[in-house]
Amino acid sequence: MKYMDAPGFKQNIPDALADVNLRESLSQVESGFVARRKAAVENMSEFESLRDRGRELKDHALDNLDFYLELFEKNCTEAGGHVHWASTTSDARNAILDICKNANAKTVTKGKSMVAEEIHLNSFLEANNITPVETDLGEYIIQLAEEPPSHIIAPAMHKTKDQVSDLFLKHHAKLGLNERQTEPEKLIDEARQVLRQKYYDADVGITGANFLIAETGSSIIVTNEGNGDLTQLLGKVHIVITTIEKVMPTLEDVSTVLRLLARSATGQEFSAYTSFSTGPKRPEDLDGPEEFHVVILDNGRSSLLGTDFQEMLRCIKCGACMNHCPVYQSVGGHTYGTVYVGPMGSVLSPALEGISTTRHLPNASTFCGRCESVCPMKIPLPKLLRRWREISFETGQAPMVERYGIQAWAWLAKIPWLYGPATRVAARGLAWAGRDKGRIRKMPLMNGWTNGRDFPAPEGDTFQAQWAKKRGKGAGRLVQ
Amino acid sequence: MSGAKENILASIRDALGRGEMSGDQRAELERRVKAHKASQRPARARGKGQAVIERFIAEAEKVACTIAEVEGIADVPSAVASYLRQHNLPGNAVIAPDAWLGDIPWDNESLLNLRAGASNKDDEVAITPAFGAVAETGTLMMASGPNHPTSLNFTPENHLVVLRKSQVAASYEEVWANLRKSGKMPRSVNMITGPSRTGDISMKIYLGAHGPRRLHIVMVDD
Repeated sequence: MKYMDAPGFKQNIPDALADVNLRESLSQVESGFVARRKAAVENMSEFESLRDRGRELKDHALDNLDFYLELFEKNCTEAGGHVHWASTTSDARNAILDICKNANAKTVTKGKSMVAEEIHLNSFLEANNITPVETDLGEYIIQLAEEPPSHIIAPAMHKTKDQVSDLFLKHHAKLGLNERQTEPEKLIDEARQVLRQKYYDADVGITGANFLIAETGSSIIVTNEGNGDLTQLLGKVHIVITTIEKVMPTLEDVSTVLRLLARSATGQEFSAYTSFSTGPKRPEDLDGPEEFHVVILDNGRSSLLGTDFQEMLRCIKCGACMNHCPVYQSVGGHTYGTVYVGPMGSVLSPALEGISTTRHLPNASTFCGRCESVCPMKIPLPKLLRRWREISFETGQAPMVERYGIQAWAWLAKIPWLYGPATRVAARGLAWAGRDKGRIRKMPLMNGWTNGRDFPAPEGDTFQAQWAKKRGKGAGRLVQ
Repeated sequence: MSGAKENILASIRDALGRGEMSGDQRAELERRVKAHKASQRPARARGKGQAVIERFIAEAEKVACTIAEVEGIADVPSAVASYLRQHNLPGNAVIAPDAWLGDIPWDNESLLNLRAGASNKDDEVAITPAFGAVAETGTLMMASGPNHPTSLNFTPENHLVVLRKSQVAASYEEVWANLRKSGKMPRSVNMITGPSRTGDISMKIYLGAHGPRRLHIVMVDD
């Protein structure tokens, strides 16, 4: 697929910028997600202090992660569930396949799960003759389109209504639904009608988990459509695919984080459905799955503990950072070429996939800080992006021009008596080069800039020279 | 898979720069779990009495629930029947096999034809109790059990909930406390805040995606 390639990030950008449908979709983000979040936060005067509480609770859970995971396993097992530990994506896929095989599964329904995307579960199941059916409306749309999600909570946000109309007509005509629907309500009804029987036919229902609770051995999903609930209720077997950092100690602890999640994600006070699953159907129950399995994936996350990137593991996958990101708002999710996109993706993807193929992502930031300012878990995303830039430089990933350029500048900057005069000469040279129009059309080694726009020519002396002149000699030292 | 468990736990401990926890450290964390202390509760999650009821009603209506208040359980059947008539719905409904719901004099309403049990895919209307309700976000708390099959909350298009005013709490934490008193964690706990909805088409919100299109609460003064 064209997009699933992080090294292709730069090549993907012109396509994204020229995609009229994507422009239309992305233009809704500020008036939708961003405005709704703002209203919800303004309606909750304690929101800022709750962010601090949420951060403390998640930090506590991560600092004691081994204890809480074991406690989760114990309590989940006591409730009749099975816990499967998976170090790698392949371990997780195989654990799920084994459970499906034991259940003689032909079809599985799926609630929305980013971890399932991370382990590329659908293509793996298909290769093993098991048909996965996505039931979240957005996931269903992109499954029909054979595309990956472009947003962690709104996977089909890049699709316009007209594109959905075309997709449904193309795929539903064979079911006798030959009319091209253009009203959103009609499209939603059509998906509801097509998917309803699938829940009953499925042998296995697979969901993700927003949280695990150590105290009760429960997994939690937070949704709006109810598809996740039908998935986990109506399949004979319920499999939860999740990751190690999702565990929280108690119901009370998770309540605090739940107060932050929906407000940050969609601007709702609370999502329509927050559902806790604890084990399989009990002897006296009239419904529920016969088996309950939780697959807990590490995939390199444990090695982030104790490093600068431990803070990233607080992420509750609300999507606020990408909704507020000027880069995401310009290029959309597919451009990143990774499973997780936007600011959180640009920090997490290098950790999961390696910096060598993802080094463009932490560079695609102006460090405007909007992501950090809205993150419910107060993850210092710009700092972590900067850290990846450092690692990329230190491990020799950056291209030669960038590396030598930075080294040369660093050498020069440490010699003040040379730096001042040298930058003055450079500034005057640039001013001369742009003397006619006040700007420079082409600069050697800078075509990344000048291909897209002119470089403004300096109009006076260097900053340091101006500063020294304005404030007297003493002030100049402040910037050295 | 037990190898994977040991590897993951060892990797966590390595990364955190420590070995296995001491008995004291574990005991401390066990105490923390047993105490399950609430963190900060916002102002909207505090309060008692009528103010909490009013907040619940206001919040539930904000998320597109409809609410009918009745004076006693004897008034529930007519409230249910009139809702069904108003929406041109049949009198056939599946009802949770719950003792308290069973005490309601349903036979007083000839329209109603109730079947107790789990829901099948043809049911259009479900009637259930709730374990509790939370005012801060207009949320209903459903606990699964033989008296309340989970399917009733999700498969029919119309979900009618008979709620006692005394069940409305200010915060989620109060419901967790009640749940702990009632015994072990139910297999399924559903916090339900309004009918099903989706924002996946044009990023606008539409009701009735996969779960119920309508969520009606009959609130009984008790």
